[in-house]
This record gives sequence, structure tokens and C-alpha cells, in this order.
Amino acid sequence: MPDMDEFLEMFFVECDELLDSLATGLRAMEAPDHEKETVHSVFRAVHSMKGAAAAFGLSDLVTFAHRFETVLDLLRSDKLTADEEVMTVLHRSSDLLTDLVTAARQSSAADPVRLEELLGDLDRLIGDEGDDAEDDALAMEFTPLTLDFSPLAGEPAITTYKIVMMPDPEMYRTGNDPAALIHALSQLGDATVTLNATNVPKLSVWSQDDTRLSWEIKLATTAPVTDIHQIFEFVVDCCQLDIHELSDVVAQPAPADSLAEPELPAPGEPVSDLAPSDVEATSKAATPVEAGASKAGQTTGQAATIRVSLDRVDKLMNMIGELVIKEAMLYQVIETAGFTEDPDVVTALEGIRQLAGDIQESVMSIRAQPLKLVFQRMHRILREAADATGKKVRLDTLGENTEVDKTMIERLIDPLTHMIRNSIDHGLEDAVTRQRRGKPQEGTITLSAAHRSGRVQIEVSDDGGGIDRERVRRIAEERGLIPQGATLSSNEIDSLLFLPGFSSKDEVSALSGRGVGLDVVRREIMALGGRVMIQSKEGEGTTFSIALPLTLAVLEGMLIQLRDQTMVLPITAVQETLRPTSATLHGIGKNGRVLSNRGELIPIIDLACSFGLRDAPAPLDDGVLIVVETDSHKRAALHVDGIFDQRQVVIKSLEENYGRVPGVSAATILGDGKIALIIDPEEIVLSSLSEQGRSAMAFAANG
Amino acid sequence: MLETMSHNSAGKKDVVAFKLAEQDFCIDISLVREIRGWAPATVLPHAPSYVKGVINLRGSVVTVVDLSARLGFGPSQPSQRHVVIIAFHEGRIVGLLADLVSDIVTINDENIQAVPDIASDPSREFITGMITFDDGRILRKIDLAQLLPAPQLVSA
Amino acid sequence: MTARILAVDDSPTIRGLVADVLRKAGFEVFLASDGVEGVGTLTDANPDLIITDINMPKMDGFGLIETVRATGSYSSIPILVLTTESSAELKTRARNAGATGWIVKPFDDERLIAVIDRVLGR
Repeated sequence: MPDMDEFLEMFFVECDELLDSLATGLRAMEAPDHEKETVHSVFRAVHSMKGAAAAFGLSDLVTFAHRFETVLDLLRSDKLTADEEVMTVLHRSSDLLTDLVTAARQSSAADPVRLEELLGDLDRLIGDEGDDAEDDALAMEFTPLTLDFSPLAGEPAITTYKIVMMPDPEMYRTGNDPAALIHALSQLGDATVTLNATNVPKLSVWSQDDTRLSWEIKLATTAPVTDIHQIFEFVVDCCQLDIHELSDVVAQPAPADSLAEPELPAPGEPVSDLAPSDVEATSKAATPVEAGASKAGQTTGQAATIRVSLDRVDKLMNMIGELVIKEAMLYQVIETAGFTEDPDVVTALEGIRQLAGDIQESVMSIRAQPLKLVFQRMHRILREAADATGKKVRLDTLGENTEVDKTMIERLIDPLTHMIRNSIDHGLEDAVTRQRRGKPQEGTITLSAAHRSGRVQIEVSDDGGGIDRERVRRIAEERGLIPQGATLSSNEIDSLLFLPGFSSKDEVSALSGRGVGLDVVRREIMALGGRVMIQSKEGEGTTFSIALPLTLAVLEGMLIQLRDQTMVLPITAVQETLRPTSATLHGIGKNGRVLSNRGELIPIIDLACSFGLRDAPAPLDDGVLIVVETDSHKRAALHVDGIFDQRQVVIKSLEENYGRVPGVSAATILGDGKIALIIDPEEIVLSSLSEQGRSAMAFAANG
Repeated sequence: MLETMSHNSAGKKDVVAFKLAEQDFCIDISLVREIRGWAPATVLPHAPSYVKGVINLRGSVVTVVDLSARLGFGPSQPSQRHVVIIAFHEGRIVGLLADLVSDIVTINDENIQAVPDIASDPSREFITGMITFDDGRILRKIDLAQLLPAPQLVSA
Repeated sequence: MTARILAVDDSPTIRGLVADVLRKAGFEVFLASDGVEGVGTLTDANPDLIITDINMPKMDGFGLIETVRATGSYSSIPILVLTTESSAELKTRARNAGATGWIVKPFDDERLIAVIDRVLGR
């Protein structure tokens, strides 16, 4: 091995680190209340050194590390207590291990007397406990792992074996592919493979994990039978296997029972070597499936799934997005040409639209994955956050098999991580407070997911103290996000948490850290076409709910005109649209204007101004008012120059190639190929609570 | 390995040369994806003045930077004769608005000179080198990294 | 087509050695230093086979195997355990978690490749 030196050098560098963490860990073990993880990490350090040392044949190091590791294993499984005597031996062993590494580095040997002496000490600690296991493990470790080449002198004889293999469900579950094994067999010699599907039950009771397929392989080979067994080394415990030598089949006169070994098994007849008890009564009727049972080469035909690279699915997905856009373009052309009255054209167009939707849905289902992968990660996030805050927390997860788009899975990790940290850091009270409130010391965070009326609902809830609304109001006032003494409902106060600039760097704890606020969480969710809501009850806890669309990347939107720009307003936020009349409009001060609608006074926001497209609000006698309601149930009337359509738009990320734009959640491409920005009504409304809000928005744009 | 692939031969590389306010500039051809005619962009609210907006590049949303404004020549009034150089830089696609693309030139590394110290012209920080030609022409080599707005990452 | 292998081991030395052997045998190799990172690498690597150590910080090999087996599109990837122990108990635990097979460290280069080829049906 030419570059072994390079790896040896790498090994010594690794050893330095491991020895360092070993020494640190042993010191930490001196403390009476040390964590169990400390022992684990000490064990791992020694274990890793042993593993790597073995690769270089450093036998002194391996032997000693192994004995050392055995003692640590006893400590780790509480079979030994780390008393003073034990700790002394451990420290000395750590030192010797350091010496052994140094010796290996200098290609010399460490003090053999000390080595023997400490090995003895370690042995004494091991006592009767690990004796047998240890010798066993050592013996195994040094078993040479070369293949058995035992060829006979002279011309190797060809032997024919009959191999019958019927995989248990376990074999499929553990990723052992029958086709791979058959392929390996066929490389040993001349193989004839027969698939037996006789035992396959009816489709209604068939499962891909329990195919009940079996294979018979006749293999003519010069390889010893040990080679055949070697091929099945991983599956002997998870398939029914029968290997036996066929004496010269051709030469022998056919005995009566040879009829039991036909090339094609008779319908309904189980392969003779298999346990008949496994055959369900229904299998007798399963003849149709058998059509596939035939010669070699068809054996791989049983695959119920294929693996496709994600790139291809993504490409398909993009093309479907394009298709939706092209469909919109086509509609526009037809409309311009004045054909929309023709029923045939309308029907054909509707058909295309329907089809595009169906294709989109199908691809989405290919990309669907259970939320389990994200939820499982959260356990670790929770543990780390709990450690960092010193709070005791439990994570309950519900509905982790709920499926969402794969892209969402990845993009949910950051927001959920942040929300969980936030819940632990700000939601849960410290142990003392919890005790005073009569709550269990251990806080509970519940992470749940469910499909709800065409959306995926994910909730992060804690059983903490609820939002301290007075404090939130105070912070918002101090940061100039709301005017002093503004009248705000509880919901409105809660939604202040989502304002950019609410959490500031100086206030952030080490945990939630990095000056990242919940506004980022909301933006991330918005970018996925979703919404975030808060519910909080004083003393009882807070729940963050995320509602995500099932189909990523599509949104029902209202196309509006702002000066020469077209923008898209998500339809979910729109309550009603109306033409302003002087009777319903009222001024407040110089610039403030409200709409009186069915007895309710709703603030009017000039959207073009919010986006800096106009310096002063336009007169209200032109244009349209769109009443929107935010997730926090706050209403506002958006003044726009016009509304001209409502349609599905494909969400395109703006952040990928540019960055975030205040008041905008994403972009889309219209029928004419132009880009239109998708408005984030929540941010528009919240930031217009005050002039300061607007400057906060502008600040966020440049910050 | 990747580095060795981007240049075909040592010391030589191709650049795309373009004009801006009567001066000649260039960028490394390996960064350029395509060059297209100007079409009106969608305005981005609250964007820096040198960001013209976003355009649709076969389904991708691409930011267009007005090079003239960025280099301190003042904002350009783009017409159909203007071009957008689509460049790829550090995983992001960006469009560069220029007056016209004049040529694709092979340059030798030895012809690249450092930029002389000229006061504090705004263009100074974006130009990484000067390429001189025998006919007296000069190409100013632009550094894309300096030119683009800092990525505003949402997840920090 | 080049098969893609994700190797997960907390020891940089072992990672380096495994990667070296695999690359020389013509595989495309992806590396991760613990189970969590291994799971995180899945989407990028989209491996045809995973080789994992057992004793690792954060998420150990068993955890990695279980996670992969529970994840729809990756659930049938063969996973080989590379470990210094060869006890029956370890094999049982690995099997229960869903391991395809095991190789005992220190590994023999040729045998490692032979086992991989067999499991991949190459």
C-alpha cells in the first residue's frame, strides 16, 4: 500500500485528539455527579484508537486498548464503579496509551514491564465479569479474514449444486437483494435459475415485504461449497436455504422422485424443500401470478419499486411548473384572439388544465416523504437545547408518518429547529417556577403533524408559561415597532413576535442566538407557501401552528396592478374587494385613512407606497380596496390600482438569486413570461402598524 | 481537479469584452452562461439603485445589475440594443446590464497589469486588472464578487 | 455506472482508509463522521450502499440503520456494518436494526470490495 504512510500520519493526528479527549473525560469522571455520556465518550476514544490501530497492525496498542476498553465497558454498563482505585488505573492506562502511541510513531516499543503491569491491573478490574467475552472477542479479532482459496491440486472437478432460496420478509427489510445473491452465484460457474411463484398469495393479501417468491438455482462450479456458503453469509438467518450437491443428474436413471424437480414447478406445488406450513391456503388459487415464473433473467422482474435520482424528479417537477405557465400563456393568447366563447376551445383548454394538475399531483406523490426524518432530528436539537439551558424537557412526537414534499422536509429543518429552541428558551419556565406553579419539573414539547383539509398542519407546543404579553408590548414599544400605548388585541401582540427587528442581538440568549428571530421562521414557511399562527394561554403554554400546502410551489393568487407593476396577492388572505365610496372613507389626521365596513373601522394601506413605487398615497377615488385578514386576525384594506385576474401561480424563490424583499414572499412567472412578485400581506399589515414599522422593514431590507 | 479543467492551456484564458460608457470591460468567460437582449425587468421594492430588477430566465428568477450605475457612470436607460450578460457566480445567477458585447478575446496572463492607484473612483474596487493590447486598447477586468449585492441569507 | 457509497465512521483514519480502498475500486465515495451527519448526507449522496461504524457520538450505527430503514426512499439501501466487534450479540442487534451484513475491522481490502460487489450484485 503506497500511501499507507499518509494514513498512518492521519492516524497519529487522530490519536492526539482522542488522547486529549480521553484525558479530559477521565478528569470529568472524577466528579461524583458526572454524566453518563462522559463515560461513553471516554469509551469511544479508546475504542476508536483500537479500531484504527488494528488497521496498521499496531498489536501492542490494539491489545492494550482492547483491555482498557473492556474495563470502560464495564463502567459504562454499571458493572464496575469508578472508585479511587479504578480511577488511578484508568489514568495510568491513559498515560501508557499515550506512550504506546508515541512509541508507534517513533517505530519503537514502549516499556514492556509497565505494559505487562498495567495489563495485569486492568485484568484484575475485569475480574470474572468480562472474562469469556473478552477472550472470545480477541480471538475473533485476529482471525485472518482472507477468502478460502483451498483449491485442490490438479484439474478442479465440476460439481453441480441445487440451491433453493426462499427469502423471509426480514431479508428484504435488511436490504439483501435476492438478485444480487443470484448474480454472485452465477459468477461461480454455470447457473440455471428458476423462479417459483407458486406460493405467492392473491394480490389482495400480497405484500412487497413478504413476496413468498423462491428461487431454485442449479449451479455447476469448480468452486468449493464454502464459497457458496460465503455468498449467503449475511442471509442464513433470514431466508430458508437449502444447498445440496447433485450427483451426476444426467447419468443417473430418473428416480421416481425426480419429478419433484422439474424446471418449471407444477402449478400449486410448493418447492419440496420449503416448509409447507408456510403456504397459506389462498396460495393454491394464485396461479395468475405464476405467469412470470420462468427462466433466469426474469428473476429481477419482481421489483415493485425503482430508485430514481432526485435530479430527474426535480427536472420533471420544473417542467410541470413550466407547463402550468405555458398553459396560462396559451389561455392568454386564446383570450386575446377572442376564442374564449367557443365551447370546444374552452373544453380542450379545461382538459389541459386538469391534466397538468393531475400530473403535478402524481409527481408530488413521488416526492412525498414522511416527516419522521425531520422529527427524529428534533430529538437531538431538543437535547442540546435542554442541556444548554439546564432545563428538563421531554419531546413527544405525533403523526411523524405524515408525508410532505421532500423539498419541504429539508426546508422545515431550520424553522422547526428554531421553534423548538425558542420554545425551550422562552416558552418553558425554569424548574423552580414550574414547581411553584404546580407543574411537573420536566417540561413537555409536543411536535405533531397531520393532514387537515388539503393542508399539512404541524404544531410545536409547549406546556410553559405562555406569552408574556406585557413584556412583548414593552419590547415592541422600545424598539419602535408600535407606537407607545397602541391599542392591540392579544392576537396582535402575539404576532409582534414575528416582526423583523423584534428579537435583537443584545437580548438573544446563547441558545436562540445569532440574532435570528421568529420573523425568519415565518419567512421560511411563507416561502414554502405556508402560514404560521400562534396560540398562547397564560400559565398553560404556547402553540405554534404551521399550515403548509400539500402541493409545494403553487398558490392561488389575485393579480393586482400597482402603477406599471403586476403583483400577486395570495387569495387565502383576501376577505373581500370593494370600490371605495366617499361614504365609507374617513380621514384620521393628515395621512391616516380608514374604511368603515359594516360598522368596523379598517385601516387603509396604500400598497404602492409600502413598496416605494409612489411617494404619497394615491387619491382613493381611483382603484380598488382589498380587505385582507392576516393570520393574526388583523384586518386592513389594501389600496391598489386595479385587479385583473385570479389564477394559480407557480412559486419561484427570490432568495435563491437575490435575497429577501420586505413585504414580498416569493416571485412567480406570468403568462406573458414576466416576473411578478408575490405579496406577503402579513408583513405589509404588521409593518404598517406604524411609520416605525416601515422603517423597520426598510432596515430589514438592507440589514 | 476542477481548477485544472477551467483553463485550456496555462497562462491563457478567454474573456467576454463589453462596452460601458465608452470604456471597455471584460469578465472571465467561464462565468458567463449566455448573453441576451434587454427586456424590461420587474422592479424590486427597496432594492439598491443599481439593481434593475428581476427577469425570467427559463423559469429562474434572475437579478439584473445595472453595471453603469454600479461602476459610478450613473443609471443607464436601457433600450432593446442593450444586453444582459447572464453570469454564474458562487451558486447564484445574475444578469449584468451592459451597453453592448464587443468581442470574445483570448488574453495572456502576462498582459494583465495591476490597476494603477487612481484616487477613489467608485469603479476602482470592482476592477481587478487591466489588460493591454498592442493596438493600444485596454480592457478593464471586473471582479464579480465585489460587484454583486451581498447575499441576504434568510437562514443565518 | 459508478456505484455511490456513503461511509460513516467517527475515526478520520478509518474514514480515510475506507475511502481510499473504495475509490481505488472505482466507487464514488461520500463520507460522514457520525449517524446524524450520515442521515444528513443521504439526499446529497443518494448512495447505492452505506458502510457504517457502530460506536459513534451523537447517533450511533444502530440509530443510523434504523433511520435509513424508516425513510421511504432509502429504506432498501444495503447497509454494511464495519466494526471491531464480531460478537453474536452485536450481529443480532445490527440485524434487528436492519443491517444487510457486517465486516470486521481490521478489514482486508479485497474482501471488503468482494462483499460490496456481492451485496450490490455486481
